[in-house]
Amino acid sequence: MSTFKEITHNGLWKQNAILAQLLGLCPLLAVSTNVVNAVSLGLATIVVMAMSNLAISALRGFIPHEIRIPVFVLIIAALVTVVDLAFNAFLHDIYLVLGIFIPLIVTNCIVLARVEAFAAKNPVPAATLDGIVMGVGFVFVIGLLGAIRELIGQGTLFSGIEMIFPTASAIQILPADYPGFLVAILPPGAFFVLALLVAGRNWLDWRANQRIHLLRAQPAAPAAD
Amino acid sequence: MIETPTASPPSPPPRQVTVAPPPEPSIARISARTAVILLLFTLAFTALMVGTYKITQPLVEASAQAEKLRLIGEVLPPTLYDNKLLDDAVTLPPTKALGLDEETRIYRARLAGKPVALVFESAAPDGYSGRVGLILAVSADGRVLAQRVTQHKETPGLGDYIDPKKDKNKASPWIKQFDGFGYDTVLGKKWRVKKDGGRFDQRAGATISARAVTNASGRALLWAHERGTKLFSLPSGNTFEEKAP
Repeated sequence: MSTFKEITHNGLWKQNAILAQLLGLCPLLAVSTNVVNAVSLGLATIVVMAMSNLAISALRGFIPHEIRIPVFVLIIAALVTVVDLAFNAFLHDIYLVLGIFIPLIVTNCIVLARVEAFAAKNPVPAATLDGIVMGVGFVFVIGLLGAIRELIGQGTLFSGIEMIFPTASAIQILPADYPGFLVAILPPGAFFVLALLVAGRNWLDWRANQRIHLLRAQPAAPAAD
Repeated sequence: MIETPTASPPSPPPRQVTVAPPPEPSIARISARTAVILLLFTLAFTALMVGTYKITQPLVEASAQAEKLRLIGEVLPPTLYDNKLLDDAVTLPPTKALGLDEETRIYRARLAGKPVALVFESAAPDGYSGRVGLILAVSADGRVLAQRVTQHKETPGLGDYIDPKKDKNKASPWIKQFDGFGYDTVLGKKWRVKKDGGRFDQRAGATISARAVTNASGRALLWAHERGTKLFSLPSGNTFEEKAP
């Protein structure tokens, strides 16, 4: 089952939606102001991505190539609407927290990108897994971004958690008299922190490559000396 | 590339041998087929959305109603009145002064038969991301007892402090600074955020949300104060009609 392993590796790291493909920046900017918002949107995104990949993979035989994009957009928009309504009706408490984020998922081009690049060409189980791991990769980065911005901006973590778990409360990490750093919360802060994360990922990849090169070069090196 | 007889060079005289047309379907046929498929997809997924809407609508409305009752409790503590608030209501047609484009209800709280407060909805059309819905309790002597944001789309973590649940300052949420003020204590032009020369605070980086709520509550207070007596005297269940000036 190396393909499933490959799909997972692609979704989480190699083709990570945000760090490698730089997709989905619109919701990323809007809601990564703290961990709770970021992870909430991310979880809703996983649901939508799994559903849209599943639906389109199942229907891929019936979609003519020329009109695939309008059909994909139609299916994704319809599924997001259904998820939105279902959350509102059956999980109303969670909807009060997540509600404003769900329509935002439509603006996340990673959904359309995965449908077009993967679900339209692969069988249902692989496509569903791809939707889930791509979503998990998205959550992992948006959550990290939210944590960094919240920590620098307000000096806390998990503010707003009481809306989801009424007994929990935010953790004050920096001293309580920390004045806050507004730039981190404002949209430019998202770009700054994202740039650092992308650079960090590239550096890790570069270092891994270096190590491979060194390992290859090593047996040759003593012989040459 | 499709070679049609007309596209061939004109020099050789037209021969009598007829060339069989290519057997592939015409462009028109392909287009028609594609259009039908697109139509079918549209119909199927519209049906899916309509079906979900029909199933979820009663539940959604019920939870919205429960939410409204809870909100009324937040702006007007039940100890302040002794009448059946939900039954003592008048219908309000869409009112521009309050930013309402739908019919709403005004609830009238009384204690021992004496008017205590009006609970009604209002809206600010000019939030950072559109409409901000408000619910207010205005006392019979024209003061804001309390107000809450019922619905908004302000930026999470930035402008959403207008909702006390999202406000980081739990000790004194932003929305509570209006409590107890009336037009007699805060003169009309002072019912603004400080940035506009008024007396109410805003938070740095998100003035627009605060301004929208502040201005809307000022308008709503004035509206209710001017019509207070009439609103309280109208028999329950009636519609509040305002004669055009």
